[in-house]
Amino acid sequence: MYLGIDIGSTTIKCALLNENKELIYKSYERHNCQVNDAMVKLLTLIKEEFNLENIQMAISGSAGMGLAEAVNLPFIQEVYATRVAAKEYLDNPDCIIELGGEDAKILFLTDGVEVRMNGTCAGGTGAFIDQMAQLLNVDVSELNELSKNHEKLYTIASRCGVFAKSDIQPLINQGARKEDLACSIYHAVANQTISGLAQGRDIAGKVVYLGGPLSFNSELRKAFDESLNLEGIFPENSLYFVALGAALMAIKEKDVNIDHIIKLTKENTGAANYHSLPPLFESEEEYAEFKKRHDKAKVNILNPEIIEGPVYLGIDAGSTTLKVVLINEKQEIVYSHYQSNLGNTLSLVLEDLKELYSKNPNMQIMSSCATGYGEDLIKAAFKVDMGVVETMAHFTAAKKFMPDVDFIIDIGGQDIKCFKIRNGSIDNLFLNEACSSGCGSFLQTFASALNYSIEDFAKLALFAKHPVDLGSRCTVFMNSSVKQAQKDGAGIEDISAGLSISVVKNALYKVIRASAQDLGKNIIVQGGTFYNDAVLRAFEMELNTAVVRPNIAGLMGAYGCALYAMENCDGPSTIINYEELCAFENSVRQVKCGLCNNHCLLTVHSFGNNSRFISGNRCDRPISNKHGSDDLNIYEYKRQLLKDLKPLEGKRGKIGLPMALNMYEMYPFWHRFFTDLGFEVITRFEANMQNFRKAQNSIPSDTICFPAKMVHAAIYSLLDEHVPYIFYPCMTYNIKEENTDNNYNCPVVAYYPEVIEANVKRLEETTFISPMIAINNRKVFVNKMYEALKPYFDDLKLPELIHAASGAYKAYDDHLNKIEEKGREIITRAELMDKEIIVLAGRPYHIDPLINHGIDKLLASYDVAIISEDAVECGFNKDRLEVLNQWSYHSRLYGAAHYIKDKEHMNLVQLVSFGCGIDAITTDEVREILEGHGKIYTQLKIDEITNLGAIKIRFRSLLTALKQKRSKIHDK
Amino acid sequence: MTNKIVFTKEMAKDYTILIPMMCPIHFELVKNVLVNSRYKVELLTNTGPGVVEAGLKYVHNDTCYPALLVIGQMINALQSGNYDLNKTALIITQTGGGCRASNYIYLLRKALKKAGLEQIPVISLNFSGLDSQPGFKLDIKSLRCLLAALVYGDLLMDLSNQCKAYECQKGESMALVDAWVQKLSAEFKNGKGIGRKEMRERLKAITLDFAKIQRQKEKKVKVGIVGEIYIKYSSLGNNNLEDFLNAEGCEIKVPGIMGFMLYCIYNSIEDHKLYGGKWLRLQIVKIAYKYVLGLEKMIIDAIKDNSDFEVPSSFDNLIKEASKVIKIGTKMGEGWLLTGEMMELNAAGFKNIICTQPFGCLPNHIVGKGMIRKIKQLDPTCNIVPIDYDPGASSVNQQNRIKLMLAVAKESLENENEA
Repeated sequence: MYLGIDIGSTTIKCALLNENKELIYKSYERHNCQVNDAMVKLLTLIKEEFNLENIQMAISGSAGMGLAEAVNLPFIQEVYATRVAAKEYLDNPDCIIELGGEDAKILFLTDGVEVRMNGTCAGGTGAFIDQMAQLLNVDVSELNELSKNHEKLYTIASRCGVFAKSDIQPLINQGARKEDLACSIYHAVANQTISGLAQGRDIAGKVVYLGGPLSFNSELRKAFDESLNLEGIFPENSLYFVALGAALMAIKEKDVNIDHIIKLTKENTGAANYHSLPPLFESEEEYAEFKKRHDKAKVNILNPEIIEGPVYLGIDAGSTTLKVVLINEKQEIVYSHYQSNLGNTLSLVLEDLKELYSKNPNMQIMSSCATGYGEDLIKAAFKVDMGVVETMAHFTAAKKFMPDVDFIIDIGGQDIKCFKIRNGSIDNLFLNEACSSGCGSFLQTFASALNYSIEDFAKLALFAKHPVDLGSRCTVFMNSSVKQAQKDGAGIEDISAGLSISVVKNALYKVIRASAQDLGKNIIVQGGTFYNDAVLRAFEMELNTAVVRPNIAGLMGAYGCALYAMENCDGPSTIINYEELCAFENSVRQVKCGLCNNHCLLTVHSFGNNSRFISGNRCDRPISNKHGSDDLNIYEYKRQLLKDLKPLEGKRGKIGLPMALNMYEMYPFWHRFFTDLGFEVITRFEANMQNFRKAQNSIPSDTICFPAKMVHAAIYSLLDEHVPYIFYPCMTYNIKEENTDNNYNCPVVAYYPEVIEANVKRLEETTFISPMIAINNRKVFVNKMYEALKPYFDDLKLPELIHAASGAYKAYDDHLNKIEEKGREIITRAELMDKEIIVLAGRPYHIDPLINHGIDKLLASYDVAIISEDAVECGFNKDRLEVLNQWSYHSRLYGAAHYIKDKEHMNLVQLVSFGCGIDAITTDEVREILEGHGKIYTQLKIDEITNLGAIKIRFRSLLTALKQKRSKIHDK
Repeated sequence: MTNKIVFTKEMAKDYTILIPMMCPIHFELVKNVLVNSRYKVELLTNTGPGVVEAGLKYVHNDTCYPALLVIGQMINALQSGNYDLNKTALIITQTGGGCRASNYIYLLRKALKKAGLEQIPVISLNFSGLDSQPGFKLDIKSLRCLLAALVYGDLLMDLSNQCKAYECQKGESMALVDAWVQKLSAEFKNGKGIGRKEMRERLKAITLDFAKIQRQKEKKVKVGIVGEIYIKYSSLGNNNLEDFLNAEGCEIKVPGIMGFMLYCIYNSIEDHKLYGGKWLRLQIVKIAYKYVLGLEKMIIDAIKDNSDFEVPSSFDNLIKEASKVIKIGTKMGEGWLLTGEMMELNAAGFKNIICTQPFGCLPNHIVGKGMIRKIKQLDPTCNIVPIDYDPGASSVNQQNRIKLMLAVAKESLENENEA
């Protein structure tokens, strides 16, 4: 008999074949990372059931490699195993799509076998679906059922589970239907798999679906069918193909003794040969002492049976949890409730309030305040008196425990917030950008994957002897690190401790990126995650200093709100009363906003009291009906400048220029150049997500920045216009900015045309012209363009080109001058009107509303003036930089930072596209320039994600901090 | 703003200069050349989690992995207590190209500041005239020794790779490498082994020595390694990729460093063609190019004339192969060289190619991952796997993906054997 065992990241599967290669036994079980135990159990069962002593066997699966080595059995790579099985059991399939716990694979079987696996990103796999189901508070099979009743789809970032989460969370908070979300999740998975793995190769013909997620979720298969526009095959034993392949490969192997394998498996402890860290606690006594110290930091929690008299209400509607606190006049807590928001914040608050009112008729709410992601919704629904930005709420609470606090670090479910306090106001804040590793939900996910409650999981960590060193990176990588540690024999305690330590390292080195000295002496740690003693201990050990954890670490936001409500109480509270509560109604509907071409999907809540609340909007227009102050927003102006360049019919016909990357700056140049030569210049502004989805499978690198991915969309939109030529030059060099060491473009901007040429199959429909060109030297430029265009346009004459070039240079200069002029104008006007001026600094392509997610409009709606990095003078001395200033666009960032460093009303917010390697250098430098002059540095990391919640928090915090700072200056 | 600590002539007398490790054979030779020039130098061999840890702690985490490792290795060494921190300097290379690597030296200085080690001077080793350091000057003789070291290094690396998988007596080829490194270093000291004639003799002797190694005839899976230069060569960077492949019984080919040098020089010529420039400078570059081409030819001739080993292809051929898929003007990072190496390896029968890159490496999006489709279009049997390296990426995952490539490779090898 032949036995194939497939040990995946979450399950162990086996297939037993008889001499005729017929499947006579199969099993599928979760191993909860106890691979050895599961293996022993399985082998024992097979041995007894079939009365076998010897067997031919092979092991496969992503978690099987270590074990195979240890017990000296052949290891078959799992994709290869699938292929072997497919050859045997399927009728000439063209393509196999197999999803596993953490892997996604596509096998192309015709025209040259090709196998694709997901790289370092586990988005769009079983683990991802599990995570999403958890987020919706349903189990995986319910998710499938829900999906059947969907009505509409939301766009969910499909690249990474982390991003998808930040897309879904706000949708949940806004009351989107679970049915629709479920279906959207499946579509996100399908998109991720197709775009991430197909990389330009068409998936067509007979397509087979294999693996757990595709076997269990009929709706997921449907999503794939729809995305691929075909009907996939779902074969029998779809779960067992890897095991079957391993069994087939075992035919070539020698007999082994089962008992011997069992013995070897049991002995395979790995003897802790992984890299370990010192234990969190050496002894019970040490732990007791630690407990005693932390028990001192507390406010009184009274929680009386009956609450009477005046109280103040604080509500913190966070991303995953809802916290409600009532305090009395002595600032003691008389009521508190910490609960998971279960995607339904509104009804939870409703119930809480109802219960409070009905139980405590003599309670009198004097004032109320809300904060967090759900702040606006709660405020509108229950007529809460005031709202406060999260950061302020936390600071208010922290002061209560430590009046001279220097640093607050709050680790919540999905976010890390840290603020540095200087002179009594928030001086700097750090938020995790588009990355939730190092947060509570991260530990939670691991705990439940291993079948533990988070409390029990945390306890395991405390006395672990050899915590695993898991490094400090993305959750996705953490999965594989954990896998590796298990392979190396780490126990569950050691993994738990290791995860706690890595949470801390993530927060410190990834989010704050600071050493202990930078944090200051008086540190408060808070947020639900710090209830976990293991995390708290790891934090103190890493910083080598004692910190204060309030007894209400998870309630600080709500408590701060209550304090804030108390401080700012004037007159009777507006909060909804008992009668109104009982009559409370909430209906939700979705509309597409048509006020601008962002076309935001708006969620409109209507409440019984005739008030309503709109969310999902990127700007204030649908709410206030005001257009925002576009005239003080240079981004709008820059977009308009480009749009004003119209095509002119000419003797040479149409030529298309993709509006992407550096074309956002170079367009005036090329537009004039080609118009002058008699071309009708065609471009498409603001490609939308539909274009993007269509073009997505031609993107060869899934980790490249979003602006680069959008080039594909821009090219596709030109192809849809059937232009006979597309011109997109490679530009190694940019124009020379003042005071720079060199004038490069970044490698992606410089050479993306090469990627387009190598990967966009549809280029066959047109003629793609992409010469290596620089515009620094006019003479060389003219000659090179002549060489480049001559083969296509035989009638082209050199004098024509010279003329066109001189017009182009002038148009380009004019364009840059106009922007600078407009910048000056905005600055002057804003100063007259006493408005804050924000330099929203990025790259030319950051004006694209799809790339910047309408951030410029969002910021403008806070009544500030917005200029860009290319609108301010760059006069500064390069020797004052601590970097090699060799990229033209990036040097403007340094210039802008130097320009505003001593201007009171000007501040800088840097837009950074996720995956921009160069910004790893620029952000540090810009930060240093600004902080060296007492300015607050704010960075907004953007990607495909469309969630603006975190960005709002950042920006509001910045404005609050600026206000505080300013009032301090004036007080003096 | 920090003041740059200049490496003075005074310091040159008694400071120990630490060199981060990249490719062991070449760097050992280079180190010995510097020792011969009376510098106190030490090649860093510290590895392990402490290195990555230090990197993560002191370098921006989104910076590329090589920077993290190189800087991490240096700081980890400085903090080990093995060095007098007032008598130690660091050296780092700087290419001046359009990728982030040119900024490593600045990142290093920032990291040193953060670690409280501002007093440590950093020497930039480059040929673009960036960042001068009066205490570190190499005379013509030493420069020639350095070049010779790279030539010898390339030959030793290539021949040992050709032998390793087939040698009957395990370890024989590496022992031979060690012996030659010792011998050459000693000769450098006496000014020997750097003239053209002397080099030819020694290259021949090396080739003959390797040809003597007894080898099995059995066919093995042939794997080529390309990638970002540090990750490609450094076992610290690629999680001991070569050892792993050796254990899997593969014959490995890693294109040499001469190719990278020629690539850097040739780019100046191409730049002149594309963007214009000074005539005189072009002539100088052309002389340098010819000179290094001559060195490359010595390696090729040595193998061709004295053995039945696979002869490495020439730089001219590399340009030809690369331009089938990418423009030669693509010059940031490893640029077209990387694409060309994939093409060349494939043509040389190394159809299984591992393209190593740091996670999120910018040029690699273009010249590595970006070109794979086109290469496979030209030859569907080409089996390329891109592998990302990162502090968090586990070697299990990487090995699993490589094993997949090997499984396909073994199958085609079996088919070949049957046919």
